[in-house]
Amino acid sequence: MATTATAHVTKSWSGGKSPFNVEYGKLMMWYFLMSDAFTFGAFLISYGTIRFSTNGWPDPNEVFKSFPFAPEGANAPLVFVSVMTFILIISSVTMVLAVQAGHNMDKKGVTKNLIWTIIGGIAFLSCQAWEWNHLHHEGAWWGSNPFLNHDGTASTTNFTNYFFTITGFHGFHVLSGVVINIVMLIMTLTDKFEQRGHYLMIEKAGLYWHFVDLVWVFVFTCFYLI
Amino acid sequence: MSNEAVLHAHATTEVHHDAHGDHHGEHHHHETFITKYVFSQDHKMIAKQFLITGMVWAVLGGLMSVLFRLQLGYPDSTFPWLEDILGKWAAGGKITPEAYYALVTTHGTVLVFFVLTAGLSGTFANFLIPLQVGARDMASPFMNMLSYWFFFAAGIVMLSSLFVETGPFSGGWTAYPPLSALGDASPGSKTGMDLWLISMALFVVSSLLGGLNYIATVLNMRTKGMSMTRLPLTIWALFFTAILGVLSFPVLFSGFILLIFDRNFGTSFYLSDIFINGVGALPNEGGSAILYQHLFWFLGHPEVYIILLPAMGMVSEILSVNSRKPIFGYMAMVGSLFAIAILAFLVWAHHMFVTGLNPFLGSIFVLLTLLIAVPSAIKVFNWLTTLWRGSIRFTPAMLFAIGFVSLFISGGLTGIWLGNSALDIHLHDTYFVVAHFHIVMGVASMFGMFAGIYHWFPKMYGKQLNNTLGYIHFWATIAGAYLIFWPMHYQGLAGMPRRYYDFSAWESFNQFGDLNRFISTVAMVVFAVQILFLFNFFHSIFKGRKLTNPNPWESNTLEWTTPINPGHGNWVGEIPEVHRWAYDYAKDGKEFIPQTTPVGADESQH
Repeated sequence: MATTATAHVTKSWSGGKSPFNVEYGKLMMWYFLMSDAFTFGAFLISYGTIRFSTNGWPDPNEVFKSFPFAPEGANAPLVFVSVMTFILIISSVTMVLAVQAGHNMDKKGVTKNLIWTIIGGIAFLSCQAWEWNHLHHEGAWWGSNPFLNHDGTASTTNFTNYFFTITGFHGFHVLSGVVINIVMLIMTLTDKFEQRGHYLMIEKAGLYWHFVDLVWVFVFTCFYLI
Repeated sequence: MSNEAVLHAHATTEVHHDAHGDHHGEHHHHETFITKYVFSQDHKMIAKQFLITGMVWAVLGGLMSVLFRLQLGYPDSTFPWLEDILGKWAAGGKITPEAYYALVTTHGTVLVFFVLTAGLSGTFANFLIPLQVGARDMASPFMNMLSYWFFFAAGIVMLSSLFVETGPFSGGWTAYPPLSALGDASPGSKTGMDLWLISMALFVVSSLLGGLNYIATVLNMRTKGMSMTRLPLTIWALFFTAILGVLSFPVLFSGFILLIFDRNFGTSFYLSDIFINGVGALPNEGGSAILYQHLFWFLGHPEVYIILLPAMGMVSEILSVNSRKPIFGYMAMVGSLFAIAILAFLVWAHHMFVTGLNPFLGSIFVLLTLLIAVPSAIKVFNWLTTLWRGSIRFTPAMLFAIGFVSLFISGGLTGIWLGNSALDIHLHDTYFVVAHFHIVMGVASMFGMFAGIYHWFPKMYGKQLNNTLGYIHFWATIAGAYLIFWPMHYQGLAGMPRRYYDFSAWESFNQFGDLNRFISTVAMVVFAVQILFLFNFFHSIFKGRKLTNPNPWESNTLEWTTPINPGHGNWVGEIPEVHRWAYDYAKDGKEFIPQTTPVGADESQH
């Protein structure tokens, strides 16, 4: 029976092994990311629904036009957030390099690139902290929106409500990612992965990190570009 | 390259684990009371923890329904003993309106989430997945343990909400804003609602941890030869249930986060143009209460199938085993489970036909909703054809499985009514809806759960349940279920709204006074019979007849190849290899052929 031709075709699904050739942890990570994608999806669709049903919305070019140490009244729309986005994307690149180094059992490479990724994550969070702080000083917070609509009329507080909730939720994910990466770094430095003979944990952390980056692309588009 | 190495490394640890399992099969000297019964990582013990916690909640939730049925059946009477147990919530021996709404709300939340989600799939996914796919344990026993303890914590928070001064949440189990968002709107929307949200958030975490584990175990940990199409239908059902949970609970979670902000941080996600008596106009503008309903029902409808699918899977298995016949249309059963899982995500707005939903959009949701009748009918016909000309063994489990089919048909038919947006205008929020979902989802799944408990009790505890008590339990419960919920259809057709505290003020509903009293009386009797079942369950754990045959139902599936009281690791020695599907009953003149039996040279094809 097992030696027939059809049995060979379906062998990967016939039990006794993983059909995708991955261990359970990575499988779980993929399903978790799908689940988390639904969380963010629900947030962004809610945001879209409310925005679509609201008359008028602030112009992101007017709201996000400042950067640290800028002179009063500087007009640099979206410059700062572009820097933030760039930092996050570069941190994804260093994460890829860390995973790659893990494949080659290169402890030094893993350590170096993980450190860069952690720095990138912390830099992104610091930028976000500065931006939140700056907006807060301008009077923006949950339940208060000082910005005006495109046409100069008073705007809904849901602009800031959604901005702080969703970027906050994303920032929380980045923070978790940084913590995970720090744990990975400690495990690397204490030779945990060398003993196990593989750096697969780095790969799983990498999946999470790339996902958080990908989500930022959508969050960025929804709040800063559209 | 490294992936290969890992898989290899994994295989080596497996072997190591095997040896460990052998060890356990012989003596348990490693385990303390704490690691064996409390913080256990053995899927079988975690399943029992889920089951017994679920039972505690079922008793509490059921007792709540008895209390509010007391109010509905006897709106003019007072019961001084109620004041003794409920204090100010039943001042003068009559349940207050606030307490009534709190009871209805908590009954719904507890039964839907704690009993029929955690109690049902928590129990049977944990118990059956490793045993039936042929694995030593779940993919991650530690996450599995966490899943239970998050559920436990959710329960503690929910329980504590019953004791706060302003009472538990009382705005209905769906927690629609603005009522749920504004503490000033009702006493139950104050601290009780905060605790409700915390409890539900913990529950979502528990469900996610459990679901990821179930999926990974089914995909990755099947024993040699156990291809997906050789899986028992229980596993298919639990697998789809887990996927539904993993994809729908996060949306509810998002909805709750927005609700938390509306409650505590001055946002207006769900709030707009509200005036509260005694408080005045609120500043909130621009939100949409309907948005919450979309987010809620995007979970809420898949949740119905999260509750129903495990029951369907177990019923399929039990019907086949006790009819001594292969399940009819195995692939059609899998396909219809899949179709239901997909459609589950596409029908949520049928809960919202009267919210001002665009009628055109409504008609699309009508179509998608009625489409569910197709896979549902496939399943029903396959169950009936499995029974057809079988040599049926009427064990209590079998009776409950047949009862499930009966209830699923009865409740499913009224679903076709409610799925029509035009009919729904009349029937929405009436007792017709109450009758429909209690029969098709509540009682039917409860029957699936009972069937599962009666069928797998011998595997869980190595003892037999008392059959006579089982038969009394079944007949009283099925008769009671129909006597309680059948009349509610008439009440609903007559326009009697659900969730009302007292109908005696309406001349048109006075005709139902006797009927309400009747329903309440039956509800109390049925509740008492469930206590009888619990007595049977707990008494049999300690004093039940000892199991002598490791395969008491002469079943094909893998769990019956383990020792009567399997240790952590399930099988002594190697995990058996699987050579056939799970439904070779009455084949080639043989009564049953276990999955572990190699296919004979001259065996006919199935």
